[in-house]
Amino acid sequence: MADTMQFDLVAPERKLASVQAREVRIPGADGDLTAMPGHAPLITGLRPGILTVVSTEGTADYAVTGGFAEISAESVTVLAERAMPKAEMTAAFHAEMVAEARAVKAAAPMDAADSAAKLLADMEALGTHMGL
Amino acid sequence: MPSLKDLKNRIGSVKNTRKITKAMQMVAAAKLRRAQDAAVAARPYAERMNDVMAGLAASVGGSDSAPRLLAGTGSRQIHLLVVMTSERGLCGGFNSSIVRQARTRINELLAKGKTVKILTVGKKGREQLRRDYGTHFVGHVDMSEVKRVGYDNAVTIARDILARFDAGEFDVATLYYNRFQSVISQIPTEMQVIPAHFEGEATASAGYEYEPSEEAILADLLPRGLATQVFAALLENAASEQGARMSAMDSATRNAGDMINRLTIQYNRSRQAAITKELIEIISGAEAL
Repeated sequence: MADTMQFDLVAPERKLASVQAREVRIPGADGDLTAMPGHAPLITGLRPGILTVVSTEGTADYAVTGGFAEISAESVTVLAERAMPKAEMTAAFHAEMVAEARAVKAAAPMDAADSAAKLLADMEALGTHMGL
Repeated sequence: MPSLKDLKNRIGSVKNTRKITKAMQMVAAAKLRRAQDAAVAARPYAERMNDVMAGLAASVGGSDSAPRLLAGTGSRQIHLLVVMTSERGLCGGFNSSIVRQARTRINELLAKGKTVKILTVGKKGREQLRRDYGTHFVGHVDMSEVKRVGYDNAVTIARDILARFDAGEFDVATLYYNRFQSVISQIPTEMQVIPAHFEGEATASAGYEYEPSEEAILADLLPRGLATQVFAALLENAASEQGARMSAMDSATRNAGDMINRLTIQYNRSRQAAITKELIEIISGAEAL
């Protein structure tokens, strides 16, 4: 079995990464997971978090929110509504995103309140995790 | 017969116009490149999104629990037309071709007794449609402050559309925009976005497991998919606008050149005629002596 797989990280406005990866750690909607070559085909939603790619060229971290990951044996494609290298994620930007999530939560109807609250909590956890 | 001075002024002003149109053409060419790059960069996301959603829609679509964004409201009575045009003029038939298509559709729908609501993006479409369909307007998105179309703009528009849908304001939403084909050809396009409609083969979902469930992912993706489609339409429109402006300004520059040539010939002729006339006067005056 090949020890690398194609990894693509795509945001609406541009393609952020396209590398041969050994493993990809994805913040899935139901919990973090690590995809390695030969993974069973899976499509999972994303929650706000840090996505780590271990490639032949080293390790790279990205902050991602919203979207989904498509995993197959030979490739991993992550479509994130917002994605950026971790280094570009600033405290100000994070605060803006948290404020947005908070606004969504405030406006959310009853049946969506839980998921909005979760989104906000994830968003805040992302900041704590990064030490912002 | 205009005097020599008039002709000279005329030539001067046409030359200035030519300079302006030439400059606008070059600016449009530079902007077009950027707009095209942006459209190309956005394509992988839109394509993957479309593939995955098409797969999901194919497997979930038949069931009763399908989200309303996919299944529709069950009626097709109220139509929302999202007409995307530019903020500025001087771009040839760009705006009128979209408006013409939207107008045809509006008349068709009205003839069938449907209710039509119009949401415009960009000033030019609003100006042209307001005269005839002012009462159908439900909103307008001002893009004049936007220098470069970003995903955020698309999200704002998509949220507006979704909020209206959730409030039960319409059953079917359609986008009108120009698809960029080449500098000289932009195709006015209509795209139905609600209920969601996907093109292409639905093979992506085969053999995949889903986490959480298919329905949950689809429900999460549909609003994002709408934003993606709006974003793609905005980018295509931006590229088309610059392309249309470029070719319009190119022909304007050429026309100005032709006009300068014609005026110069006329100027030289009348100058020559004036000289000849003076000579004849002098000669006949000398002969009379």
